[in-house]
Amino acid sequence: MRFMIIVHSTPETEQGTTGTEQQFADMQAYNEEMLKAGVFVDGQGLHPTAKGARVTYEDGDWVVTDGPFAEAKELVAGFSIIDVSSREEALEWVRKWPVSCAPDPGQALELRQVFAAEDFGDAFSPELRERDEQMRAEAARNAAQG
Amino acid sequence: MSSTADQTDETTSQATRASHDDVQRTLEAVWRMEAAKVTAVVARVVGDVGLAEDLAQDAFVQALEQWPRDGIPTKPGAWLTATARRRAIDRIRRDVNLASKLQQVGHMEELRMADLAEGDFDAALEDIDDDVLGLVFAACHPALTAQARISLTLRMIGGLTTREIARAFLTTEPTIAQRISRAKKTLSQDGVTIEVPSGAELAPRLASVLEVVYLIFNEGYAATSGRDWVRGDLMEEAIRLGRVLSALAPGEPEVHGLLALMEIQASRTRARIGHDGEPVLLLDQDRTKWDWALIRHALAALDRAVSLVDAARGPAGPYVLQAAIAACHARARTPEATDWPRIVALYAQLGASRPSPVIDLNRAVALSYADGPAAALEVVDGLVASGALADYHLLPSVRGDLLARLGRDEEARAEFARAAGMTQNDAERALLLRRAAGED
Repeated sequence: MRFMIIVHSTPETEQGTTGTEQQFADMQAYNEEMLKAGVFVDGQGLHPTAKGARVTYEDGDWVVTDGPFAEAKELVAGFSIIDVSSREEALEWVRKWPVSCAPDPGQALELRQVFAAEDFGDAFSPELRERDEQMRAEAARNAAQG
Repeated sequence: MSSTADQTDETTSQATRASHDDVQRTLEAVWRMEAAKVTAVVARVVGDVGLAEDLAQDAFVQALEQWPRDGIPTKPGAWLTATARRRAIDRIRRDVNLASKLQQVGHMEELRMADLAEGDFDAALEDIDDDVLGLVFAACHPALTAQARISLTLRMIGGLTTREIARAFLTTEPTIAQRISRAKKTLSQDGVTIEVPSGAELAPRLASVLEVVYLIFNEGYAATSGRDWVRGDLMEEAIRLGRVLSALAPGEPEVHGLLALMEIQASRTRARIGHDGEPVLLLDQDRTKWDWALIRHALAALDRAVSLVDAARGPAGPYVLQAAIAACHARARTPEATDWPRIVALYAQLGASRPSPVIDLNRAVALSYADGPAAALEVVDGLVASGALADYHLLPSVRGDLLARLGRDEEARAEFARAAGMTQNDAERALLLRRAAGED
């Protein structure tokens, strides 16, 4: 099962600070350990919200609002995705997060489970099903011509 | 601490049990993460893989007794490693025979260092990668039966409990426990160490490791068609092992090839079973149900494999070739976008390196899409004439399909009827009988 570890922004990350050499080295060692344990899937840091945007749907149209955004604590600064055998194991990996990269007191690393195929059941929109039928018909026609 | 000490009075016992379950779950999670490293560190000290596994398990049991009482250590992995290593050193001090054996193989020097540096676990773990890799090679040693290799790999590298392995293979705990203990005895008797094989020895030993991982994967893959998610976990376990290997042996193209092959096959798990549990063939699968994140991961692994093959100017091995074939399907957003000529070429390459009528049959199917059913029928008729695959239901099934596409309906129906009489699978038989009756 896949989990996402979400790192929230701080005033520093919102300034575009990318961390010290020590933090880089610690994070690299951590990712390497996860890689060698076969659990590391992906890990990325995000630029400050000043370079991003929010897009909302209002009165029948999309409205773009450029960053930066205020509430740093609720913004996402980065994430890691890990593939593990249980929620307990995911938590144990979070506990190994480098101390030098730990969030400020009062702030948290957030752990969220990623939906997997089997979580969806057989719910399938009619629209998708129709497209599926079309695709098959097309394939059959091509095969007949081949 | 014995278990009787927990049963002082009813209230304590209840409270202990609740936290005991929590601790056990955490310990099992930690064990999944650390078992290979703990066992490898101990194997380095005692020089005996079987004994190392025993001592590692002792550390696990000690954690099970101590953690509920004392709390979970801040660094649970380091605790387990330290405990197992201390037990190893105690064991050598007590066991004069073992000590003299280690002396003979020149192991005492390392042991003294281990003894001196007892507090310094980070140092012990620094060069652990080769030891873990060596442990994988030991678990998959050719002296062991295939079943023993699988159980031992899941136990020592995957950190699965005997109970979990038994459940995954639909057998009993004593059966697995016995299999593992016999395997450990064989390793001890044969003096198998955790050295990573080199030179001419490497290729066959690596092939054995990859075979074990792929066997585990296929056990899970076959089970998912029965919607058995417990056994489907074996697929995930095999992929995890594949990822461990690709991190520990990054220079081996076949390692990345196998990982890519498993990931692409696993990406189709949800699409390969229909609403009523019936198998859905690759070309009929709804590709929006494929796991595209997994496919991207797999294609990256395949790219690594192919660059390594190119750099070595060597021919691609069987896993790289099979992954490349699987990738042709994974890259096609629709069935008609499939690069069939390339698949035909890859099957030809695969068949050249290890001739097999099954590969020829697969090549014929690909050929039917690349050059049309008539060209494919020639290959299939060649297979029929050779007498190979006489008991294989897919031979008449494929031949029937080609005949149907050529408009030779009557002959096609006869082939489907023949195939229906040969398959063991109910869903498949039903499908073939429908085609034999001309309904499909």
